[in-house]
Amino acid sequence: MTSALQILRLDIGLPLDSGAIFSPLEIGYETWGELNAEKSNAVLICHALTGDQFVAGPNPVTGQPAWWANLVGPGRIIDTNRYFVICSNVLGGCMGTSGPASIGPDGQPYGLSFPVITIADMVRAQAALIDHLGIGRLFAVIGGSMGGMQVLEWIASRPDRVGAAMPIASAARHSAQNIAFHEVGRQAVMADPEWQGGAYQAKGTKPVKGLSVARMAAHITYLSDAALHRKFGRRLQDRNEVAFGFDADFQIESYLRYQGSRFVDRFDANSYLYITRAMDYFDLAAGYNGRLSDAFTAFKGRACVVSFSSDWHYPPADSRHITRAMIGAGVEVSAFEVETDKGHDAFLLDEPQFHEAMAGFLAASAADQGL
Amino acid sequence: MSNAASTRADHEIIIHAVPQGARVLDVGCGDGVLLHRLKQERTAVVRGMELSQAGVNACVAKGLSVVQGDADLDLALYPDDSFDIVVLSRTIQATRKPEMVLKQMHRIGAKAVVSLPNFGFWQVRLSLFLRGRMPVTQGLPDSWHETENLHLCTLLDFDDLAKQSGFDLESVTRIAAGKASPPSQATSSLLNWLSEEAVFVLKRAGMTAR
Repeated sequence: MTSALQILRLDIGLPLDSGAIFSPLEIGYETWGELNAEKSNAVLICHALTGDQFVAGPNPVTGQPAWWANLVGPGRIIDTNRYFVICSNVLGGCMGTSGPASIGPDGQPYGLSFPVITIADMVRAQAALIDHLGIGRLFAVIGGSMGGMQVLEWIASRPDRVGAAMPIASAARHSAQNIAFHEVGRQAVMADPEWQGGAYQAKGTKPVKGLSVARMAAHITYLSDAALHRKFGRRLQDRNEVAFGFDADFQIESYLRYQGSRFVDRFDANSYLYITRAMDYFDLAAGYNGRLSDAFTAFKGRACVVSFSSDWHYPPADSRHITRAMIGAGVEVSAFEVETDKGHDAFLLDEPQFHEAMAGFLAASAADQGL
Repeated sequence: MSNAASTRADHEIIIHAVPQGARVLDVGCGDGVLLHRLKQERTAVVRGMELSQAGVNACVAKGLSVVQGDADLDLALYPDDSFDIVVLSRTIQATRKPEMVLKQMHRIGAKAVVSLPNFGFWQVRLSLFLRGRMPVTQGLPDSWHETENLHLCTLLDFDDLAKQSGFDLESVTRIAAGKASPPSQATSSLLNWLSEEAVFVLKRAGMTAR
């Protein structure tokens, strides 16, 4: 069910929030299933910070299972026999869509000359892809974490183009704590001498140490104290007693080092800077005089807001904030909080309650939209 | 999707009070049995609010649009006149501020339908009078230290509060031993004696019945 790696090149000028016009635009994307004759069965899935367009089937680049293979596929909850599923790499990413590692018009990698982008800019690029595919209105837009921010941006800026919206483990604005963690990650990258002021591609180096530390710090925020305790506790790694040194004595240290080292193989350090920046800048209400509900008044579709009880990265309170604003805007909204100790990452895992909610929501939305 | 709970006598009366295609908010909607029936039998446009996460999750899994919320706090979120009917079934006695809840319902919907256990029911009075203990009856099944009910009242008490909150009574229906009687236009001392539970259909004062 893997489709071939596809890159769409659009010679349009994409207007960005920063005022810059970006051109040419390349979009790496994948689709599964068939678009029906009415073009009414398209589901756009928006990926998170370090995700990519390989939402279903095996990921041909990493050789790992796709990040939502448990949810997307034939006969699965997001059923590719029924829906035409689209997922594109975000603007600023490093999996086919234009980003700082892409080669610019001058034949050199953009590096830090790539414009600073926002969540709204990512959605502009997605909309250009949806236009190209000839789809007016999406049956559903679904995404977790940063993907959920894109979902919110879609219904705020393009309310007529979305039938059903599902922001999962997300927030309408980035909290100070989240900006703080991102800043630690960025400083780790920039403190690595191999970063070379962002020009590491031209210099033939790679800031793997810095990016790996950034990933280690971020990874902690995706888990929970309880999950870490259950998985690792204070257990030692391949030894019976502490070694009185700075090797990875504890299993948790070894695990984080492994996560960090694996990440640098598939992710570009500058992309990490740009995308975390876009998330930090996200504050949906700011464009509506600080009234979040005003962002949702034009949206006439259905929404389902999902959160996870032990998620301290995008805690349930952030989701409740979204839900309350939607109620105030008169949006048909459901809100679902999953009881779990798996933290933020729960949205990627087999959480039966979450999957039940998604199935119920999609079935009701399909009935609404005559699908 | 029917189950035993869906045959609750107050539900039958509430469903009867909802016109076809009405916009309905069920405050304290539990696992969504009533909402589901309103959608099926009245093609109503239904929304729900429920305090328990388990209840909300059950509703969402059924495809109902339900949010977690507390009637005492979160009714304030809804815009004015966003519903034709706001339903509060067997919930008002468990709220902290019943008057506030009624006033919010008055603001949000053109009509309100409220079902509640009646503390003026003869069995309740007799139990307290003869045994000198807090009544435990079919309508009030939990002992005083286990009940979630904070504000029990009689049918006459509620009638007063509804009027004080800006409502006119459209009808009140008596339920005893799980069976409903024909609706009455007004409360009375007799109705207070004979109702184990009552369903009030209320409209904003000064509005003509539709």
